[in-house]
Amino acid sequence: MKVDVSKLLRKKKKEIFESWLNNQLVDETLREDLISNEEMREQSNALLDTLLNSISNTNIAEPSSPEFESVNEILQGLSISRARQGFSPRETGAFIYSLKDAIIHVLQLEIPNDPVLLYELMLKISRLFDRFGVVTFETFIQGREEVILRQTSEITEISTPVIRVWDGILALPIIGTLDSSRTQVVMEALLQEIVETSSSIAILDISGVPAVDSLVAQHLIKTVAATRLMGAECIISGIRPEIAQTIVHLGIDLSKIMTKSSLASALKYSFSLLQLEVRKTQKEKTNIIHG
Amino acid sequence: MDRIPILRMGQFLLVTIQIDLYDRLAVNLESDLVQMVSKTGARGVLIDISALTIVDSFMGRILGNIGNMSKIMDAETVVVGMQPAVAITLIELGLELQGVSTALNVEKGMLYLQEKIGNQIEAADDEDGVE
Repeated sequence: MKVDVSKLLRKKKKEIFESWLNNQLVDETLREDLISNEEMREQSNALLDTLLNSISNTNIAEPSSPEFESVNEILQGLSISRARQGFSPRETGAFIYSLKDAIIHVLQLEIPNDPVLLYELMLKISRLFDRFGVVTFETFIQGREEVILRQTSEITEISTPVIRVWDGILALPIIGTLDSSRTQVVMEALLQEIVETSSSIAILDISGVPAVDSLVAQHLIKTVAATRLMGAECIISGIRPEIAQTIVHLGIDLSKIMTKSSLASALKYSFSLLQLEVRKTQKEKTNIIHG
Repeated sequence: MDRIPILRMGQFLLVTIQIDLYDRLAVNLESDLVQMVSKTGARGVLIDISALTIVDSFMGRILGNIGNMSKIMDAETVVVGMQPAVAITLIELGLELQGVSTALNVEKGMLYLQEKIGNQIEAADDEDGVE
């Protein structure tokens, strides 16, 4: 008995669709908070339509056939949008795999008397859907990676603000671990700002750096040396006791670098370098008078 | 042959490098400058490299050499206006230009030289007074 699978599937579209939706609805991983019933219905309908239009008796055995391009496109679009919405991989996978269950279920009902044919068809369907599953996951992970990359660049941008604390004094609070690429960003931002504001003192505050190892210290020393080459003075502030201990234990020589325990004392030192003075006025208000 | 002009400003020599240095030019500058220091008895040398965008290890060494040579001849060297990219390159090359002072721009460099040389002259005058 020869069965036209594509025709059969197209004829049974309504049953497949209902069974699929049902599968999705009873699935315990369904995220009603993230996606509405109508939206799911719409997405499922679009995918099933495209799939049934592309499927034919010949290409059902060839998952990589170009005729499935449009199906893959829809899957990729869905997958990426779900990755951004915060679906888990399991929830995204359930979407496509529940369609496989629905199709197999319909086939079982339609071909009750020919186990060999049924077996053959199921094998093909299975292979086809494995392919779709791979596409789904690939794009899902890609979507997640895009999110991660965007966040990384955002963090890098956020965490390196160069603050102008006074005329001629810049401060750069470093938050988070310093690695080579971040040091580069920090250094460039700082040097650029020094040129633009023609500041003669830069304060690197490392109170937000969780740990200082020899590599981080190396990066700090480089930054300080580069600032010096530009003709500005660089002070490192915010060295916590634990960090001071580590630095000495590691045998890192910071003796050529001006270090202060807090940003306040670094600022005070900068004022004295610029020959400025902070004084109380008569009314007991703190004010700064140029000395 | 191209030469970089060395200008005399009172006790100081002013060199502004407006073009990218190639090796020959840098070597010439080094020898010319030392000659000038000796001839004019300059107390300070100010090198403006704000137009310099490309630097290699050789150039970095020449800058360091000029500083050290001038120091031996009793002249203070100030390098001014280094571009951020140049500074980063020099640091990555491991050249920290020890022995050379730096300033942000010509104005600040001049001020630094005047302060430093001025103090030295005053100190010398004081010593003379004591004698």
